[in-house]
Amino acid sequence: MVSVDNNGNSSSLVQVRGLNKTYRRGGEQIQVLQGLNLDVDKGDFVAFMGPSGSGKTTLLNLLGGLDVPTAGTVSVAGDEITHMSSGKLTEWRARHVGFVFQMYNLIPVLTAYQNVELPLLLTRLSNSKRRQHVETALSIVGLAERIHHFPRQLSGGQEQRVAIARAIVSDPTFLLCDEPTGDLDRKSADEIMALIEELVSQHGKTVLMVTHDPVVAARAHTTLHLEKGVLVEASKSRQNVTAGGVA
Amino acid sequence: MKFSQLILANLFRKKVRLLLTLGCFAVALFLFAFLAVVKKAFIGGADLASANRLVTINRVSIIQPIPLSYRDKIARIPGVESVTHDNWFGGVYQDEKNFFPQFAIDPENQRKVFPELIVPEDQWNNFLKDRQGAIAGARTAKRFGWKIGDRIPIKTTIYGTNSAWEFVIDGIYHGKRPEDDETQFWFQWDYFEERVPERLKGLTGWYTVKLTSPDDALRVAKTIDAEFANSPYETKTETESAFAASWAKQFGNIEFLILTIGTVVFFTLLLVTGNTMAISVRERTGELAILKAIGFKDHSVLFFVLTEALAIALVGGLLGLALAILAIPALGAALNGLLPNLVLSKSMIAVGLGFALVVGAASGLLPGIGAMRLRVVDAMRRI
Repeated sequence: MVSVDNNGNSSSLVQVRGLNKTYRRGGEQIQVLQGLNLDVDKGDFVAFMGPSGSGKTTLLNLLGGLDVPTAGTVSVAGDEITHMSSGKLTEWRARHVGFVFQMYNLIPVLTAYQNVELPLLLTRLSNSKRRQHVETALSIVGLAERIHHFPRQLSGGQEQRVAIARAIVSDPTFLLCDEPTGDLDRKSADEIMALIEELVSQHGKTVLMVTHDPVVAARAHTTLHLEKGVLVEASKSRQNVTAGGVA
Repeated sequence: MKFSQLILANLFRKKVRLLLTLGCFAVALFLFAFLAVVKKAFIGGADLASANRLVTINRVSIIQPIPLSYRDKIARIPGVESVTHDNWFGGVYQDEKNFFPQFAIDPENQRKVFPELIVPEDQWNNFLKDRQGAIAGARTAKRFGWKIGDRIPIKTTIYGTNSAWEFVIDGIYHGKRPEDDETQFWFQWDYFEERVPERLKGLTGWYTVKLTSPDDALRVAKTIDAEFANSPYETKTETESAFAASWAKQFGNIEFLILTIGTVVFFTLLLVTGNTMAISVRERTGELAILKAIGFKDHSVLFFVLTEALAIALVGGLLGLALAILAIPALGAALNGLLPNLVLSKSMIAVGLGFALVVGAASGLLPGIGAMRLRVVDAMRRI
């Protein structure tokens, strides 16, 4: 269900209200997001689609606390993140957000194991506990046998699996995926999408994903379209996701 | 430390670049140590000089003699504890390359005025009884393999005949401090006086005056020079450190030269390493952005960059200093004692390491601050 009157469930995991984002380029102001509302419940899998420049990645950055809105609020699991200081926001990201990027963005000089371990270095977990978590995450993505491989020794699909393992290793509140299959062939893309579906269905993860690919978007529970900064359409709506925008 | 793997992995990311940067530090620190040692050898005499000693020379030049009769007059001046006189011999042992300083000394007062140069009592007593006796510095004795009782012929180049003067090694002196000059060769004044040409008898090269208190230095120096003013042998008296400094200045402004070279090396090193660190950080903009996205704080990123820079500086610096420790004795040997105090002291090593770390920190600071201020969104857009 798509709503423009922010009538989502007040217990939603993600609540976005009146979100605006404006960039200044030269003397010109570019409004990327315009009064956007969004509610996402725990365990949902939402795809954002839209043409280039429509604000998909900007929305994802705002949801992940990587950027701050010009106006409006973003709340995740009861934390209102839009007014947090930079330091607090960094801590919040470490606890609540798992990022998956189009280009995988693994550290090339670290092995798969070391890449996946990175978010855990920020915790107080012991060495053995960290090892246990990393091995579990790599098993979930099917790369238990490749823990000592460097990114250059892995295929694109495998690199993205490592990136997904890095995103889930600290058991974040939700995953933000920015074109996770954008750099992969169809077969690898299918495998990655199957893995993300499995994370949602079997591990109860909440996933918000940006994609250009309708085939990939069709795997999500809900697809929301962003055009010129406004959420204009929702398809496959399940009752627990509402979205809207004030144009 | 749980971040060590990440820091090490980044350090070894480009091995050739790492080696070249380490090499850059090593060469710079080697050069620093080398210059510091040479500077110390040239002008370190001023640092080693005792605060309560004066040197009196002929006002015209040190190569002009002054009368021996001045000794008693100087000794009577209030504030003078003891006074001794020396004369440069300038002889050649076997070959001109075998340079070491030789002095005719006043055995009666030598040890009172220079207590830091130690001769065992029995050896000194033998020396006093031996007209041809000589005391050699430990380094010179070691250099030529001399032992007590050896007969040493030294050809004079200044005092008339071209024949060799024969000496007997009665003792070997050591300095109390590692920097003390252990290359000198002392022999009896009476033996010298007896063999020099008639016109030089009753004259000496210079006096060294030991004061009861360093506070009296200026007054005693003025009194000595006033005492002999308007005589055929006017004197110039200054503190031992001033004398050593003016002696070093005869070679040119070594300190300025070394400081200039050192400054050029410092800034070249800073620019090279700063540029290397900046390139290294710029190459990793995306990775640093990812680290920040997954929760690494700004100061953690600064810490990583600074730690890398400091690790390179420390390892490179230690390599350079280790090379210097190995090379400087060889250099000293190659110079045949021309520069007697080629010692790389602990303080020089500490200053060198400090210098390396300052350069390392300075070279890592700007790129580190840049990385710290990096906005994840901007960096991700650039990938």
